[in-house]
Amino acid sequence: MNFETIVGLEVHVELKTNTKIFSPAPAHFGAAPNMNIHPTDLAYPGTLPTMNKQAIDFGMKASMALNCDVARVMNFDRKHYFYPDNPKAYQVSQDDRPVGANGWIEIEVDGYKKKIRIERVHLEEDAGKLTHSDNGYSLVDLNRQGTPLIEIVTEADIRTPNEAYAFLEKLKAIIQYTGVSDVRMEEGSLRCDANISLRPYGQEEFGTKTELKNLNSFNFVRRGIANEVERQEKLLLSGEKIVQQTRRYDETTGQTVLMRIKGSANDYRFIDDPDLPEIVIDEDWIERVRAEIPELPDARKNRYVNELDLPAYDAHVLTLTKEMSDFFDETVKAGADAKLASNWLMGGVSEYLNAEGKELKETPITPAGLASLVKLISDGTISSKIAKKVFKELAENGGDAAVIVKEKGLVQISDEGTLRKVIGEILDANEQSIEDYKNGKDRAVGFLVGQVMKATKGQANPPLVNKLLLDEISKR
Amino acid sequence: MSNFTKEDIQYYANFARIDMPDAEAEKFATRLDTLLEFSDRLKELDTTDVEPMTHPLAIVNVLREDTPEDILDRDEMLKSVEDHEDGLIKVPNILD
Repeated sequence: MNFETIVGLEVHVELKTNTKIFSPAPAHFGAAPNMNIHPTDLAYPGTLPTMNKQAIDFGMKASMALNCDVARVMNFDRKHYFYPDNPKAYQVSQDDRPVGANGWIEIEVDGYKKKIRIERVHLEEDAGKLTHSDNGYSLVDLNRQGTPLIEIVTEADIRTPNEAYAFLEKLKAIIQYTGVSDVRMEEGSLRCDANISLRPYGQEEFGTKTELKNLNSFNFVRRGIANEVERQEKLLLSGEKIVQQTRRYDETTGQTVLMRIKGSANDYRFIDDPDLPEIVIDEDWIERVRAEIPELPDARKNRYVNELDLPAYDAHVLTLTKEMSDFFDETVKAGADAKLASNWLMGGVSEYLNAEGKELKETPITPAGLASLVKLISDGTISSKIAKKVFKELAENGGDAAVIVKEKGLVQISDEGTLRKVIGEILDANEQSIEDYKNGKDRAVGFLVGQVMKATKGQANPPLVNKLLLDEISKR
Repeated sequence: MSNFTKEDIQYYANFARIDMPDAEAEKFATRLDTLLEFSDRLKELDTTDVEPMTHPLAIVNVLREDTPEDILDRDEMLKSVEDHEDGLIKVPNILD
């Protein structure tokens, strides 16, 4: 029997506010343990939570960018649970009136396009961080307690591990463009759980699902789902039943394992949080937030393909992050040829960033600098070989390519007289190669071109050298 | 009508990690029943012309600017926990 894979994702995104959602304690990653805590975060007696306006703006902005309806009236609810990551014994979240609902994003994967519906986007507070030890105790850092989050819940529309990967990649790009989060999985500002079930093809009813946690990269999400699907399929084929449970992806074995949490029966006993009054959002508020949303990845992608004639692949890669896409736009605005600029950003620039483990903004490369390089290549002032040397200089010290080329004397030699003189000398010194060429060994030309390039320190115009070389040989 | 049983009380007590002897559980079950009966009496009121209440407070949009303020001194905070290590709070293991 064949089974259809059914996946829904729950994605938590940490919002990039200065302070926590209900308290004025600083909210940022990397502080020393338990240093960023306000009495309100611990629900000390006598404290009163107050709503961070920026967190609401960010929740609205993300909801709009994900094509959701934004709530006109919303409130916050207490979700009760007892666990040492939250000393309040309840998480403030949104139950029946979330900030955003009924959204979607479009993904493109394995050659087809598909809309993944988003059931809801709700605002809530993060919990502290637990480190488990083998010595019978756990260690708690409550810095993260109260950091604003949005939880994005998809409908069970995802059918393959690749769709899940494409959804997360797209979601990350959209959120990153809106500027409401850093969406860095390695810093925990984007976290993903997956609900996975199987059903025989043709069956309407969903099968029993398992929840998969500890998915620490998009690749682990893809592999974790694939592995869990395999596990469920084996069970079903051998006539066993799927048990609803929470499982953890083990990165080292690539398998999913059952998570046992003491007293994990869930009964959240939601109530309206009586300390937090309702939020009423009017048209002006919505329009103010909407006006702050920049051009999103899909719109940019279309612009690159339709207006700048870039291949779809280039447009996709360039729009994965706003930083890269902004840089590209600025480079083209500074006069660079779009396709050449794209080649450089996806090629030389990306290679350099990967090798150095840096982001664009951490280097002295500017759009104007890259544009100056691309322009010199376009007008034939420098060869692509020299361009690599110039780029290295740009990447390390910044500046303008034209100035670097002038200072280092790297201008391409396209003067026929100069080149013919060099070629003459090379030919005089390599009579055997001329002989070889005339005897049908085409490779001899390559050798001679190489000698000319070497003699000119790589500055000779290669196509011109080729042409003049053949001309000079024919005269001998 | 009687709703709460001793077992219900123990079920909820377990969530809050409260040790609840049988005798006390029975006492609370009776008390909660009384509360429930009281709230049932509210259902007898005619609420035709009363606007539905969605929140206990009639005010809306109490918002704060996103500006950091003074926070807890860590050493002070750690005085209220049972055990700590390198600035981290030590608690019993919660994974089996």
